[in-house]
Amino acid sequence: MKIDNSLPLEYSTEENSLKVLGFWIFLGAEIMLFGTLFATYFTLVDRTAGGPDSAELFEIAPVLIETFLLLASSFTIGLGIHAMRLGRKKAMMAFFGITLLLGLGFLSVEIYDFVMYVHEGATIQTSAFTSILFTTLGTHGAHVTLGFFWGLFIILQVKKRGITPQNANKAFIFSLYWHFLDVVWIFIFSFIYLKGMM
Amino acid sequence: MDFFDRFAIPHPSPVIYASMVAIGLTVIAIIAGLTYFKKWGYLWREWLTTVDHKRIGIMYLISALLMLFRGGVDAIMLRAQLATPEAKLLDAQHYNEIFSTHGVVMILFMAMPFIMALMNFVVPLQIGARDVAFPRLNALSFWLFFMGAMLFNISFVIGGSPDAGWTSYFPLAGNEFSESVGTNYYMIAIQIAGIGTLMTGINFMTTILKMRTPGMTLMKMPMFTWSSLVANVIIVFAFPVLTVALALGTMDRLFGTHFFTTDAGGLDMLWANLFWVWGHPEVYILILPSFGIFSEIISTFAKRNLYGYKSMVWSMVVIAGYSFLVWAHHFFTMGQGALTNSIFSITTMAIAVPTGVKIFNWLFTLYKGKIEITTPMLYAIHFIPLFTIGGVTGVMLAMSAADYQYHNTMFLVAHFHNVIIPGVVYAMLAGLTYYWPKMFGFMLNERIGKWTVWLLSIGFLLAFMPMYITGLDGQARRMYTYSESTGYGPWNMASFIGAGIMAIGFALIVYNIYYSIRYASRDIGSDPWDARTLEWATHTPVPEYNFAISPQVASIEPFWDSKKKGQELFKGSYEKIHMPNNSGIPFIMGCIFFAWGFSFVFGIWVPLILTTIGIFVCMALRSFEIDHGHYISVDEIEETETKLRGAN
Amino acid sequence: MRFKWSILAIVFTVITVLSGCDRLLVLDPKGPQAKTQADDIIMTIWIMAFIVLVVFALLVYMLVKYRASKQSKDYEPPHIEGSKLVEAICIGVPIIIVTFLSIMSVKSNYEVEATPKGYENQKPLVVYASSSDWKWHFSYPEENIETVNYLYIPADRPIEFKLYSYGPITSFWIPQLGGQKYAMSDMVTTLHLAADEPGEFMGRNANFSGKGFAENTFDVKAMSQAEYDEWVQEVKETAKPLSEKKFDQLLEPGHLGRSTYNGTHLKFSPPPSAENGGHEHNSTKADKEDMNHADHENMEHEDMNMDDMNE
Repeated sequence: MKIDNSLPLEYSTEENSLKVLGFWIFLGAEIMLFGTLFATYFTLVDRTAGGPDSAELFEIAPVLIETFLLLASSFTIGLGIHAMRLGRKKAMMAFFGITLLLGLGFLSVEIYDFVMYVHEGATIQTSAFTSILFTTLGTHGAHVTLGFFWGLFIILQVKKRGITPQNANKAFIFSLYWHFLDVVWIFIFSFIYLKGMM
Repeated sequence: MDFFDRFAIPHPSPVIYASMVAIGLTVIAIIAGLTYFKKWGYLWREWLTTVDHKRIGIMYLISALLMLFRGGVDAIMLRAQLATPEAKLLDAQHYNEIFSTHGVVMILFMAMPFIMALMNFVVPLQIGARDVAFPRLNALSFWLFFMGAMLFNISFVIGGSPDAGWTSYFPLAGNEFSESVGTNYYMIAIQIAGIGTLMTGINFMTTILKMRTPGMTLMKMPMFTWSSLVANVIIVFAFPVLTVALALGTMDRLFGTHFFTTDAGGLDMLWANLFWVWGHPEVYILILPSFGIFSEIISTFAKRNLYGYKSMVWSMVVIAGYSFLVWAHHFFTMGQGALTNSIFSITTMAIAVPTGVKIFNWLFTLYKGKIEITTPMLYAIHFIPLFTIGGVTGVMLAMSAADYQYHNTMFLVAHFHNVIIPGVVYAMLAGLTYYWPKMFGFMLNERIGKWTVWLLSIGFLLAFMPMYITGLDGQARRMYTYSESTGYGPWNMASFIGAGIMAIGFALIVYNIYYSIRYASRDIGSDPWDARTLEWATHTPVPEYNFAISPQVASIEPFWDSKKKGQELFKGSYEKIHMPNNSGIPFIMGCIFFAWGFSFVFGIWVPLILTTIGIFVCMALRSFEIDHGHYISVDEIEETETKLRGAN
Repeated sequence: MRFKWSILAIVFTVITVLSGCDRLLVLDPKGPQAKTQADDIIMTIWIMAFIVLVVFALLVYMLVKYRASKQSKDYEPPHIEGSKLVEAICIGVPIIIVTFLSIMSVKSNYEVEATPKGYENQKPLVVYASSSDWKWHFSYPEENIETVNYLYIPADRPIEFKLYSYGPITSFWIPQLGGQKYAMSDMVTTLHLAADEPGEFMGRNANFSGKGFAENTFDVKAMSQAEYDEWVQEVKETAKPLSEKKFDQLLEPGHLGRSTYNGTHLKFSPPPSAENGGHEHNSTKADKEDMNHADHENMEHEDMNMDDMNE
């Protein structure tokens, strides 16, 4: 394994730099995935079939909490990567842990929100609007859930094996993923929630 | 017993029962054969767990050929039913199922893996790489494709085939009008294969962007590699749209959502839009690598460099861009108004310009050449005029006002077969013949090969030219029968005969493989065609590590220049080579995906949940696994190289 | 080899001749819309034939002239990068052709989407054509009658078809009068046709809609206005009224012969409109078209968003 010390640890081997590029391309595909969901959402948003519409359904408080939690977690993952580059294992694990806890908080609020929607008579089967609403939010939520386990495994591996080039690479890629989910959420927040509440 | 009722075929017929028996017997025969010849270990070690791009390519190839015959049998049945007016060979339901599976199998499970086969085998060799960027992901891609294809194919004998066309337009494909699980198979099998394709796209983009041998700049890449790069970019941006469309369709059918339903706000044309936002780029995913293959072949056998390399590259990039801007031409008749139709009509016709550039560049590559007519070249020579006909009829279809008359008719069917058969299928068969010696160490028989080409072309013209005429005479596509008074009878009979001739052509390919295995010379060296690019610079058979020393490249045709101008390709001495380890996880994950898909199709929730967990466990295992691969020592390399050089 | 090429040549001549032969339904137009389309088709066939011929000629020339067998053994083909001039021609000429075709296409688009040429000052006859598995229902709101699987229209008068479906997407097509258009369950589309002369035509659903698709046809008969009025009168006097119950029976999947009714289903089973929420289709006919148009623009806009993401 050739390690090039002039590069950051996460890029230090050829395999590592391939993985980072591959993941960026994957994120390109993810942009298309969410882009398609958004386009579908905007096409169907007014087709409520007599069921609740976005203005009736959305409430600002939980959404703001979700936004705050996810934005904060994006910040802490950045601190985690910074700690990793400084080689501070404990700090890195701590920041990763906080990130995941914030992610878990986000998921809890989102689930609470979903339960509220159902109580207001909006299930995934109610109308085209609710179908795409739950699907778009659910896809993002599923990504966060997957990210939670992924991050957890990375913490475990860093704990077990330290900050190796492989682990640094995994952690860095995970941070890209997490930032990406944050960006998607900003779109959801602006164009689904804020626009829907107006 | 109620539980098992769901697996019954809703519209049984003797043919289906016979197929069940045949499939059962084949499976038993394969298992018995493997056991008798004690080949289980070999199969597992050398193929099922392999991460070698060459072997994965060959597995894609075998799957593609199998699917070609499955789709071909479908085609023959369709043409036989239509050969005479009011024929009773098939009833409407079976006819619908057969044309639906014919389309899906041919596009997604024949053409796609055929492209993947050549891409896998050739691209790393052309860029002088040891393997693809993510070898294990590559194996997973293959197994997902393979399991998706198998899942789709068992619909024939378990539960019923999809019957809403390969486009599966809603609401026809919804629960209301398509009650059997057939469309579930469609949604889920294609989803599984599609995820595999998406991963291939990411994998090959990374490979081509990052793993080229020293000296090979982007504008020195061989044309097939360029076409693969562009095709993979399209894959990465188009397949997620399909993922979403299929997911929404699945949810409509299984979870009672209302995306495409006729009630509760569903919008049926949304499916058509999403489908074609993927579907149109998809045809360019197929045709661009085909163009790449033809570019290699024409240049090799004209004994000349490819004319207008730069414009070839730019035309592909432009085509790729346009491919995302034309999808609405698949439904000009939706009633979106003259303005929208005009825009899409113009963008569609604009594609003719870069495509025309390519055709002329191929023609000018022949100029002042020294043309040798080999089988691959014969395919290319037939491709140019036949594809031109397909292309210009495409321009005709792009005239949106006139398309009101072509749409949904046999004219359209003739057009897209006219581009896909001479374009994609010929390219794949030409590529197969061209790369066969590199893959297997002997050549396919030229005489039989040329017969094949002529039979295919004559059969093709006879089968598809009449469709242009019946289309203009009002024969809609997908009609399982017609009355004698329409006058379509003789034309359709001609199509049937043409299809028969093509079938003989395809059968000859199989015979050719058999014949060549038995009689072809094994002493062909590593460069039997006197070719120009790097894949011919290594030994035949290609060693596991492809190149003992990474080649140094200074031009577009490094191997040709090394032969003619004495440029040295392999400078330096042997060093140990890092190679990835084999892994069983991709295959196992593929199997779990198969079980997952099967449970999903029938809505059996407990196994669905278990298999979902299984998939994530596999991913978690992979995360924790430490696998640095292995090294091939200098001694081993020397030994292999000496042996292979001796063999030449 | 010669022999094989001559087979190709023969096949092509046959096809060209046959395409020129105007007995094919689409190329035998009986109305202005079909005429526009047929003219476009014939015109493009000629242009395309020319392009194909150029490619053929070039290919044959190259193959004949530069075959290895015709050259000395030690001939080494030159290295040619490409020429700016040649490439400019290869791009320029197709651009000119495509531009010409684009203008033609846009012009025809606006023609087929408007009241047929020469009929602009006549009030069109409005016919609601709706499909159900696997039938066509024709409602004449002005006359207040309805037919199943057959369509009588006055010749020399523009007809405005309002299309929708009680099920899968279908496509309403009378090849000799003009091209097809989709009928869908959640919106109404408009198709403008006219017949120049009396006659009988084939009409069908062109879009695959399931088991009974092949037989999903209808007969069209264009007649003089006087004959048409007479027929309407006769229907009004003899046909049974169309009740909601009867109409529901008609909607059951299956095939039916022709039948005729007094009254239309438009009152108790109106065409798709605001029922889906959001999409406020106006119920007046004139506005409906505009609204449909707006919907589509809306949809197109969303799709454009998607494409923005690509870049």
